[in-house]
Order: sequence, then C-alpha cells, then structure tokens
Amino acid sequence: MVNYSAQLDRTFAALVDPTRRAILARLEREDGASVSELARPFAIKLPAIMKHLDVLDDAGLITRSKVGRTVTVRLSPQPMRAAMDWLRRYERFWSRSLDRLAAYAERKEAEARKSGR
Amino acid sequence: MTSLTLVRRIAARPSIVFDALTTPEGIACWWGPDAGPVLLAETDVRIGGRFRVRFRTLDGSEHESSGEYLEVARPERLAMSWRWEGGEDPGESLVEIDLRATAEGTELTFTHSRLHDEDTRRSHEEGWNGALDKLQRHFS
Repeated sequence: MVNYSAQLDRTFAALVDPTRRAILARLEREDGASVSELARPFAIKLPAIMKHLDVLDDAGLITRSKVGRTVTVRLSPQPMRAAMDWLRRYERFWSRSLDRLAAYAERKEAEARKSGR
Repeated sequence: MTSLTLVRRIAARPSIVFDALTTPEGIACWWGPDAGPVLLAETDVRIGGRFRVRFRTLDGSEHESSGEYLEVARPERLAMSWRWEGGEDPGESLVEIDLRATAEGTELTFTHSRLHDEDTRRSHEEGWNGALDKLQRHFS
C-alpha cells in the first residue's frame, strides 16, 4: 500500500510538467522514438530533454533501450493506468455525491423562498 | 490529470450550497458514492478546523474520510485536505470547491488533486487539465 502510494505520487509528480506530458502524448501516438526525435519539437537543449526523460524513467512511465548509438524511448503504460484508476475512483465518488448535493441544495433553496427569504 | 475537476450548475444561491457542503445536516444528505447512509458527520468549519465523515455503502462496507479545512470563505470557496481512514488509499490529497453566483443560482467547480504543492497549483493556473484529458482518453 505504501509503495503503491509512493508510485502514484511519482507518477503524478512526473505528469505535472507540460514538456513531459507532451513527450508522453507523442509516445502514445508513436510506438517508440529516439531521443533526438523527441527533442526536436521543443525549444530546449538535449541535456534538458535527457533530464525530463530521467524523471519519466524514474516514475516508470517510459523505458529506454540502446541499439548502437541510438536510444529508443517507449511508453510504459502501467503507472499511467494506476493513476487513471485513482482518478476514476474519485470521479465515481464525487460525481454521485455532487448530484445529491445539488438536489439537496435546490430543495433548501425552494424552502427558503417559500418562507420568504 | 493529476486532478479531477467536476462542474455542477445548481439552482440554489451560493450560501445555501456552501452550507450544504459544510453542515453535518447537509453532509448527511449527500456524502458518498451511492445511497448508503452517512453514519457520522462532524465539521469544525474554520481554517485549521477538521471534518470527519463516516458512511456505509450499499454493499455494507463502511468508510471514513477526514481532513482539515485549509480555506474557508463563505460562500465562495472552500479548500480542505483529505485522507481515508484504514489505509484504503494512503496519503493526503486536496479538495477545492469554488462557488460562483450565476443568474440561475450557483456554478460549483470541484477539484480533487493528488498533489498539493506549488507545482500542482502552478499547473492548475496553466490550465493543463485539458491537455491531459486528451491523453487520458487514450488510456481509458
């Protein structure tokens, strides 16, 4: 449980950065890309991209494999799925709660109006 | 995507919605994922005050969540930390609720986020949820 929680924190922390999210979105579309291909759309230097890849790697969101001089980066979807599960659980909880909250508040509003407030 | 955002338009004025969110009487009427009963609701609605809510779901299991009120600005805004008792989802998260008065009543914006550090707040401001929603669709 503790590890699961730490893993979720790492995943969410990695996802906070827009460059890292863009990298993941691209890897989602393409089945693997080289580091220089990944760096191309960004106006930042290769070492900065490498740092982002380290964070994603530490969070288990990507894998890197080296063939010759080329490092291929691939998406590793499991931690992302765990993060989605977390969000979906809360979505269920809150979506239904807020529906009932709305109904309750609307009842209270009708009562307040009836008593002239 | 590290946060969940829900929006509801409610035909009631913000002060009524705010009280529904924070009074034990109100909470007893809506809190929980199904029609199971709220067994206990305690609130101390001031910054640093705590809440505790215990409820039973229709499958018979009982759950309890608690936390601390971090921002209390009736009737516009409420923020509180959130954790489950019993370790079903360890760790603390953040709940933020904004209430905006509209012609029809209230627009409620609800956010539950896993992280509540500076990074998260900053990225909320950047409005990146939409970007990640796209990613999320791929994974659902």
